[in-house]
Amino acid sequence: MSSNGTMVKLSGVRKIYDTGKVKVEALRGIDLHVRRGEFMTLVGPSGSGKSTLMNILGCLDVPSEGTYEFDGQRVDRLPVSQLAEIRNRSIGFVFQNFNLLPYSTALENVELPLVFRGLGAKERRKRAAELLEKIGLGDRMEHKATELSGGQMQRVAIARALANNPPLLLADEPTGNLDSASGREIVDLFENLWKAGHTIMIITHDPNLPMRTERTIHLRDGRLEDGAAG
Amino acid sequence: MALGVFVSQFFRDLRSQKLRTFLTVFGIFWGTASVILLLAFGKGIHAHQQKAFRGMGEYIVIMWPGRTSIPYQGLGRNRAIRFREADVEVLKRDVPHMGSISPEYVMWDAKGRVGKLEKLMRVQGCWPEFAPMRNIIPDATSRFLNDEDMALKRRVIFLGTDLKKELFGDEDAIGRMVFVNGVPFKVIGVMVKKEQDSSYGGRDVNSAWIPSTTFKAMYGREYVNDVVFKADDITRTESVKKGVYQVLGARYKFDPDDKEALQLWDTTEQEKFFGTFFMAFRVFLGVIGAFTLIVGGIGVSNIMNVVVEERTKEIGIKMALGAKPRFIMSQFVIETFMLTGIGGILGFLFAWAVVSVVPSFKVEDYIGTPEISRSVAIAAMMVLGIVGMLSGYFPARRASQCNPIEALRL
Repeated sequence: MSSNGTMVKLSGVRKIYDTGKVKVEALRGIDLHVRRGEFMTLVGPSGSGKSTLMNILGCLDVPSEGTYEFDGQRVDRLPVSQLAEIRNRSIGFVFQNFNLLPYSTALENVELPLVFRGLGAKERRKRAAELLEKIGLGDRMEHKATELSGGQMQRVAIARALANNPPLLLADEPTGNLDSASGREIVDLFENLWKAGHTIMIITHDPNLPMRTERTIHLRDGRLEDGAAG
Repeated sequence: MALGVFVSQFFRDLRSQKLRTFLTVFGIFWGTASVILLLAFGKGIHAHQQKAFRGMGEYIVIMWPGRTSIPYQGLGRNRAIRFREADVEVLKRDVPHMGSISPEYVMWDAKGRVGKLEKLMRVQGCWPEFAPMRNIIPDATSRFLNDEDMALKRRVIFLGTDLKKELFGDEDAIGRMVFVNGVPFKVIGVMVKKEQDSSYGGRDVNSAWIPSTTFKAMYGREYVNDVVFKADDITRTESVKKGVYQVLGARYKFDPDDKEALQLWDTTEQEKFFGTFFMAFRVFLGVIGAFTLIVGGIGVSNIMNVVVEERTKEIGIKMALGAKPRFIMSQFVIETFMLTGIGGILGFLFAWAVVSVVPSFKVEDYIGTPEISRSVAIAAMMVLGIVGMLSGYFPARRASQCNPIEALRL
């Protein structure tokens, strides 16, 4: 863990998609600091480069230009297997469409990141069960993902994101596929996690969400509009 | 550690795609069974052929009289060369590395009689060492001709398996009398039944043998019908044959290089030919089987490609959660190995069942007894392993190179 409290530091990050005929510049120079323990939202219209930024922040993709320091470590030029390791240990993903394995049980879904970390079956089971208890799904552990409601699925996904206790949680439209009541529950859950010390970044175009977070940054045409330097 | 996860996922997939899994496994099952059965039957047929061929004798040479084809020392061609028993003694003494040798006198239509039962039979005169050369084995209560029989010109007779049956039925024949052209001979032995697919003159099971000395004295033959000999080591057969030409050439004044002067049947050549032939035959069968298995493997590979396609989303999720490409790769490789492994085991069991059932159909006289030897099993396992590896590798590599961002967008 870096001592200066910086979780994420992007400097001059550009992402250019070269389809051969056309070059699309999705990110046009992003500078962004996120402190440890921050609770923030990233908003922007579709096509603004939100997903691209999220992919880079989540180490699913690497920038075409610029540098990315995650938790004090340069990650913008790492090979795929090391990026996988960072995603596994240090980043928890929550997606709009949950992305659970449909025919696996809630427990098995939460165990997945622990499997990739190489934990033994017993430990995995114990840790996954604890997490499901904590988010209030202790009675749904053996249910298949397809047998759960949307709100329950998203909570399972959050439990899964927390499995390896990563310092950063990245949520991409986590309430987008939920009714408002379930959505509120999910946001409450994030808030509790933030209070418990997690760094949380939510990407959304829901105008109500930013009110609940500490800080909001706006992305438009591949550029941050304000509050970027943090 | 992750193996349990792979296995449980595999069985979940297997249950959800029963027909597809069955067809895939069937391809491997059938391929494995084909490889093993073809090799097993090939081996059985070869062993059977070899056994039957050796029924006449192993690595023996049979020599008949011939005619010269090259003028030699003032003597013209087309001179008959025949040999006497004394020549055989000289050959035994003078040809280096002569292992065993025996003359053979043949009387084709001797009248045999036991009690009132009369039968035409073939009677041969030979030396005691004839029997081991020709794989003639006395049964437990018998013996073959011995040196004493020879020296005393005894009237003793050794009977082929079927001939004994015809003369005595199931009764014990040892010690009883067989009249040959009216002269009584005492039965000293009966041959153990054997398979024999090659012969000159007739099958041994229908024949009878008496000492050559007795034969010569009773029937006044000057020349022997043929001579059977064998080198003391199979690698020396050629040099022994050469020695025979030299010794007899000197005695009868023919050119030792005149192949026509003696007619030789060298069964080692045939044995070698059959050895090569059956090796080629088995390679052929093995290749056919292997290709059947490879076709099965192509099926598996196709299916795995489809599976990878179907699971792209799942692969994307796993990658996002930190699964390394190596992990994804091993998942699919292991899944392929399990598919091929199950098919292979079933194929093996099926082949084994067929091979164990075949003998009960009493077909060993035609195709021998198929045998799953260690080499057959190893060959099949190797082909199976390679097929499994290759058919799993490419789909698995494709899966591991999947881009998680695009996979998640699905």
